[in-house]
Amino acid sequence: MAKKTYSFYPGCSSQTKASSDNYLKSTNSMCKYLDIELKEIPDWNCCGASIGYAEGGELPRIALSARNMALSEQHNPGMDLVATCAACWLSTREAKERIAHSSQTLSEANTALAEAGLSYKGNQAARHMAEVLVEDFGFDELKRGVKKPLQGIKFAGYVGCQTNRPFGLAGESFENPKYLDNLVEAMGGEAVPYDQKVTCCGGALAFSEPEKSQKQIKDIIESAYDHGAEMIVTPCPLCQANVEIYQGEVNKRFGTKFNIPVTYYSQLITVAYGGTAAEAALDGQLIRATRLEDIAKK
Amino acid sequence: MSENYRNNFLKEVEERVEEGHWVKMCMQCGVCAGSCPLGAHWAHPPQELFMMIRAGKREEVLTSDSMWMCTSCYNCVVRCPRKLPITHIMHGLANLAYRLGLSPKNQTTQKFASMFWNNLAQTGRVNELKLSLGMYFKDGFGQGIKNAMAMQSVGLGMVKAKRLNPMELFGGHGIKDKSGFHAMLKKAREIEDRRKNFA
Repeated sequence: MAKKTYSFYPGCSSQTKASSDNYLKSTNSMCKYLDIELKEIPDWNCCGASIGYAEGGELPRIALSARNMALSEQHNPGMDLVATCAACWLSTREAKERIAHSSQTLSEANTALAEAGLSYKGNQAARHMAEVLVEDFGFDELKRGVKKPLQGIKFAGYVGCQTNRPFGLAGESFENPKYLDNLVEAMGGEAVPYDQKVTCCGGALAFSEPEKSQKQIKDIIESAYDHGAEMIVTPCPLCQANVEIYQGEVNKRFGTKFNIPVTYYSQLITVAYGGTAAEAALDGQLIRATRLEDIAKK
Repeated sequence: MSENYRNNFLKEVEERVEEGHWVKMCMQCGVCAGSCPLGAHWAHPPQELFMMIRAGKREEVLTSDSMWMCTSCYNCVVRCPRKLPITHIMHGLANLAYRLGLSPKNQTTQKFASMFWNNLAQTGRVNELKLSLGMYFKDGFGQGIKNAMAMQSVGLGMVKAKRLNPMELFGGHGIKDKSGFHAMLKKAREIEDRRKNFA
């Protein structure tokens, strides 16, 4: 396949030594194997996520995404804009739709952007990396690159919220999206069916309402365990962080003994494609994904 | 100005709340309430808030902590038979309550939401370390130390996994064109304030 090039929006959590540093590293490795070139949007800013609303309101929030899209149009013309973070993707795509539906919002956003010497045209699609894999490659094509199948490992594909709702991937259901399971199986792993695939991890409220959110996290992990999963895999940096790093807190609160690795699809693909543990950024796990490390070592 | 609205809260919501014009479309089925991950913690689930808005219960709605329970999971949005963008209406109601100074004091998600925005608005990107510490220390220094100690193992684990950098405290990531960025946000805020009568 010919090289594919995308305008890339990594997002705050994917910066060096930020909470999903391992997501970016493994994404870069995965893209190397898939011959994908990611051209980072120069000087991109935070999308505001879904928690900036109290102080940020509506138009300032839309302006954040409009600035990223304007920079992308200007510096990376003719490419699709691709995000790896669920919140980055959602905010960008949402802003794009709001602007498309209202000429008033378009003119207001451009008035704000003019202050930064920018203007928004709206000529690039805003996509998630999972869409790139599923739609621009497809499972059969992805399967071809597998050198070390993730045989015998049982994964709970945790899709979560914002990669799934309100947009999700075309043709998938909101209640039981299949693409992550299909991706796991394309890499030779086993995707276990379980009932908390699209349950909310608490999102930003894992911070502000820990006792309420940890109940969510407990439900997700418990179901993964109960259905035989040895590892959780997700496309969302906040899902990954919340479900991985609070396991100790959840154990204290609920008397559980959870210790399940939570990985990114990009780490699975990197390992299955023959990448090293370092390339897959497996050293970025708080709970080591030893089964993946073993395969990477082989 | 808000005096003008007192007699018609629905009209106020339509004009001042993000996606507020959808409120009148709610048919009171309650699917949103049943779909919400934190549903049990809402004093008034979305469909009740919508009915209260239509009934003109301005103070009760805006002083409620309900909409601050929204995790932005969008479950209600995709399940609503009338396709109301409920998540955004909740954010919009929370924003209105906050701007009017009516939201409940010490509501933690409100504090976090406001900290998050101020954090990103400063440098253009989120500084996760400052955000975490800000949250731990929101109730004073003593409580902050206690909170930070309680979360010590998580923090150290993150540093060890190279997913948290203690040096972020002294600067950290940010965009280059801060002045353009700040001017853009200021202008956007001006426009919004004028349109929604917050000015």
